[in-house]
Amino acid sequence: MINTREIVETIKMISDEHLDVRTITMGISLLDCIDSHAEKACEKIYEKITRLAKDLVKTGEDISRQYGIPIINKRISVTPISIIAGASDADNYVMFAKTLDRAAKDTGVNFIGGFSALVQKGFTKGDRILIESIPEALAQTERVCSSVCVATTKAGINMNAVKLMGETIKKTAELTADNDSFGCAKLVVFSNAVEDNPFMAGAFHGVGEGDCVINVGVSGPCVVKSALEKATGKDLGTVAETIKKTAFKITRMGQLVAQEASKRLGVPFGIVDLSLAPTPEVGDSVAYILEAMGLEKCGTHGTTAALALLNDAVKKGGVMASSYVGGLSGAFIPVSEDAGMIAAAECGTLTLDKLEAMTCVCSVGLDMIAVPGDTPAETISAIIADESAIGMINQKTTAVRIIPVIGKTVGESVEFGGLLGYAPIMPVHKESSAEFIHRGGRIPAPIHSLKN
Amino acid sequence: MKAVVSVMGVDRTGIIAKVSGCLYKHSVNILDINQTIMQNIFTMVMLVEFSKDSKDYNLVMNELDKISKEIGVEIRMQNEDIFNSMHRI
Repeated sequence: MINTREIVETIKMISDEHLDVRTITMGISLLDCIDSHAEKACEKIYEKITRLAKDLVKTGEDISRQYGIPIINKRISVTPISIIAGASDADNYVMFAKTLDRAAKDTGVNFIGGFSALVQKGFTKGDRILIESIPEALAQTERVCSSVCVATTKAGINMNAVKLMGETIKKTAELTADNDSFGCAKLVVFSNAVEDNPFMAGAFHGVGEGDCVINVGVSGPCVVKSALEKATGKDLGTVAETIKKTAFKITRMGQLVAQEASKRLGVPFGIVDLSLAPTPEVGDSVAYILEAMGLEKCGTHGTTAALALLNDAVKKGGVMASSYVGGLSGAFIPVSEDAGMIAAAECGTLTLDKLEAMTCVCSVGLDMIAVPGDTPAETISAIIADESAIGMINQKTTAVRIIPVIGKTVGESVEFGGLLGYAPIMPVHKESSAEFIHRGGRIPAPIHSLKN
Repeated sequence: MKAVVSVMGVDRTGIIAKVSGCLYKHSVNILDINQTIMQNIFTMVMLVEFSKDSKDYNLVMNELDKISKEIGVEIRMQNEDIFNSMHRI
């Protein structure tokens, strides 16, 4: 029998240190829902999602109760809608978003991802209509998440898409201005988007995936922080070892939940995503882990190195604990969702520029960052371009989820509520990037030798 | 199926009697029992087994929840697999 100390350790992780399974996400392919009549396609989409996911929420709750592990979110990701809707006669895809929203509500999931397009090299007709529909779709739906991939290491950066996404984010912010531009919190711009990510808002079900699959995202920043507090004063090799061991335990729990959910739902198990995803709860913060390593405040000199150590150790510990690892797998640094990041941003130690540097060594990117509502679209595009370049050159996923909060400026803050937290408005550079962005075209794919 | 029942709280009379009585009533077999005081907190861990004669898992959990509220100690019942997967390779 497992000894009492180990049992108490697990219970303490769950009850005191917020250990949880962040999400069980069911990926559903909609390729067989394609129809030249948009209404017919929407009917097929609704029928397929509600049929496959009808027991998802209940199964999650049952597992949660029987194992005593909180499972916070149950979600759905679908094939990028630009591919599905592109075959139809529709010239606006808001009706597809509304169909997804209805399916999400009727299955009880809190988010559905996949109102997406992959345009790293160019646009199809469907991609263009989808992107044009994003602002209205996010304003008129509650649970739909959208993502657009504008760059990959193999294709380079589609700067026309980068320009368009800057404008799309601004429009989305304006259409949801009454709600602190909340629409932008459901919109991610990717470089090297992954096909099996279970985390929102960037989840979609890639075309290389099977018909239906279960992916699980674990969490546990507070568990890592508590473990590190026991290693105070030890060298960084010991810190890395401690993180690895903790990540192993966290991931094993995710693996168990994933397998159990897969068995009960009769759906193949896809991957466990090893991300350390913070929540606004006190202590459940990635920034606090970095501070526990010996930094006075997250964002100061040494932050990037500490984050690199953390990110790598989480992966090393997690990889052995799961049979299939995928998704984004790394430490998340969403500003509004992390009490330590919020505090560091409020006192000015954590800046947009430092966050950008941090995204070079962790997943995923500039996430949940509130900026002044009068930030020009070109500046947002330029931020996306910078982040895309980091992803492209370093062969990693990067993303931008930025919220220009209409009517607010530096010194104010914005409350999103729930897991999305609140954020101080962070300053952006005043100098214009407009001429660079208006050039358009593509940044060619990078060379993979002569690495310096 | 095996599960771990853990009880934590301030020591008082009748904790073991109440919990084991409940398990007996629902035909759940106790395989192992371990009691200790950790950091001044009464900690009891039981390994129990549900057989085909046992009552439904959720029903037993609800009963244990009631006892937990009644005597003011934390009682959890968790499928044993979670501990095996976290602490054993």
